[in-house]
Amino acid sequence: MKLQIKNGRVVDPASGKDSVGDVYVADGKIAEAFSKADKTIDAKGLVVSPGFIDLSARLREPGFEYKATLESEMNAAVAGGVTSLACPPDTDPPLDEPGLVDMLRRRAKSLERARVYPIGALTVKLEGSALTEMGQLADAGCVAFSQANAPLPDTQVLWRALQYAATFGFSTWLRVEDAWLAKSGVAHDGEVATRLGLPGIPPFAETIALGTLLELVRATRARVHVCRLSSAGAVEMMRAAKKEGLPVTCDVGIHHVHLCDMDLGYFDSNCRLDPPLRSQRDRDALVQGLVGGVIDCVCSDHTPVDDDGKHLPFAEAEAGATGLELLLPLTLKWGAASNLNLAATLARITSQPARILGTASGKLTVGAPADIAIFDPQAPLRISAETLKSQGKNTPFFGHELQGRVRTTIVAGNVVYEG
Amino acid sequence: MPRNPQLNENGELQHLLSIEGLPREILLQILDTAESFAGVTEREVKKVPLLRGKSVFNLFFEPSTRTRTTFEIAAKRLSADVINLNIAISSATKGESLLDTVANLSAMQADIFVVRHASSGAPFLIARHVKPHEHVVNAGDGRHAHPTQGLLDLFTIRHYKKDFTKLTVAIVGDVLHSRVARSLIHGLTTLGAPEVRVIGPQTLMPAGVEALGVKVFHDMKAGLKDADVVVMLRLQNERMRGALLPSAQEFFKHYGLTLDKLAVARRDAIVMHPGPMNRGVEIDSNVADGPHSVILPQVTFGIAVRMAVMSIVAGN
Repeated sequence: MKLQIKNGRVVDPASGKDSVGDVYVADGKIAEAFSKADKTIDAKGLVVSPGFIDLSARLREPGFEYKATLESEMNAAVAGGVTSLACPPDTDPPLDEPGLVDMLRRRAKSLERARVYPIGALTVKLEGSALTEMGQLADAGCVAFSQANAPLPDTQVLWRALQYAATFGFSTWLRVEDAWLAKSGVAHDGEVATRLGLPGIPPFAETIALGTLLELVRATRARVHVCRLSSAGAVEMMRAAKKEGLPVTCDVGIHHVHLCDMDLGYFDSNCRLDPPLRSQRDRDALVQGLVGGVIDCVCSDHTPVDDDGKHLPFAEAEAGATGLELLLPLTLKWGAASNLNLAATLARITSQPARILGTASGKLTVGAPADIAIFDPQAPLRISAETLKSQGKNTPFFGHELQGRVRTTIVAGNVVYEG
Repeated sequence: MPRNPQLNENGELQHLLSIEGLPREILLQILDTAESFAGVTEREVKKVPLLRGKSVFNLFFEPSTRTRTTFEIAAKRLSADVINLNIAISSATKGESLLDTVANLSAMQADIFVVRHASSGAPFLIARHVKPHEHVVNAGDGRHAHPTQGLLDLFTIRHYKKDFTKLTVAIVGDVLHSRVARSLIHGLTTLGAPEVRVIGPQTLMPAGVEALGVKVFHDMKAGLKDADVVVMLRLQNERMRGALLPSAQEFFKHYGLTLDKLAVARRDAIVMHPGPMNRGVEIDSNVADGPHSVILPQVTFGIAVRMAVMSIVAGN
């Protein structure tokens, strides 16, 4: 099918292009201009961008279908303009066997929504002791290996895992949090946690673990993507590590770019996140890190949690927030507040994560996969349980009015969402 | 920040969840009301009919003797029906969720829930989900708050010292885990106490505690110097050995209140303790039973203060 998207403001962060024009799609790819289209979409007044790429979105299958299903979350993804997403291995059972990965990919493919890139478990059952069969998992479609939010306190195992991954050129995506220092903590160890009487996680739980990880990268030259930075100290360490030339990249969750521990208010369990929301100073450093490029990209860290998991005292509530449908509006808000142009803003959810994921999507050049999001950057979006497609109705942004509504989402040349 | 969840739209006390954020006027209203009830407890017939026909549910998810008993006595003196529920296991392992438990009790026509829970913020969660005519009184949540204890401490201090605006108050011991300390600190700073000190080792001080408006001391005698009020905190058994403290003996050596250490405080200093006391750990018997101690009057005042709180919230 040949598709023509007419008169849109075409923004392609990979090339820096930002001009009104047409985009042509043929055979599932971005094509040269042609004259006779089977279908045209009028994008007048709308932005035509590469579809968004989210490096962390939990679909909750297998094992947590009461929290969300593949179907509900894939609908949420395309409603948010997300055309590619990587899903962490913390399912039940975890993604530590090729058969599970294969099944997930088939199920996701049959829904014909976004592209799903499974992240394999780095260790068996995510228990942090035995390595998974990374080679076979990679053959089954795993794009990287991770512990998700599970700790890996044994540095001997971490070292071996990085050596093994480096041998075969596999990428590891790792959270950094010292398991001992984070033990039983639920909030940033600071004035707010002290006031609310919540057990704290000090910021050096993150920097100590990052220091260990960077030292092991130095020794193994393993390719590591550091996930969900939360502290100012970690941003500085990543800056130095990149300057040194270590093969590292990193991301931040979109909530951590906008919120800090003050937002916990009176024990708002929607602000119970992992890593915890830290101080304003940390938040500002994350914002600046993302602006300056030390932090490569932003992800939704989408984590649907059911009401039973959130209607609990703060410390007992399950961590996480729904995010797929908030990724665009919250990224636009960050970009506007940081005085970035639209191409630079969208780079953090298109070309930059594409580079880390190693996919040809995330750009609008001829020959690239036709994964496209068409959106109205000014249209108001009121966040409520009714408007969210995700089964996870857990977000600190309930009642907020944001800007940026997706009108059409296209994956591999097919329209998969119209809103 | 959303509206303070313990006040109704008229700014009156709907629930008592924390002393933090309560205006001075409400604190004084509670203390003054408690003053009027203090007389009731000394009468032959120790009852007033203010809560007649109302049901008070004592909902204790954590064991307690003193607090539960004084709430029960207070409710009975107000002529309420009291139902005690000791659910001394965590809501997470019990099967029924905390909110389901509350919804069930609410269906039994509760008017006031007195809640103790091991998790900070649990009473806030309950208060968000109860019916408009129901009231929640926090009887201690995790490390967060123990507002009626804080109020009875304030009542005791006012009883002996009259004026808050000239006082130096020293709070000693495990501030990190203490809801009593947090509630008292908020109360003292709201009522204008010029100097509130916390004394203890770094391991028992929460991060950024200075932001609550206190001065931190690690040396006990330096911290007690010229203090008008000394509040000793309970040290839980499980904290006495391990990474926080090497032993109870060593804690007593540095931070146990003895006559020798108390000598640097003002001569008319009062010594308080929320109980239950560990004699020989945080306080020496000579002090606990000595002339400076007002530990038992605190318990008596606790009844009047809890009567005041329940009658005020039920009236709003």
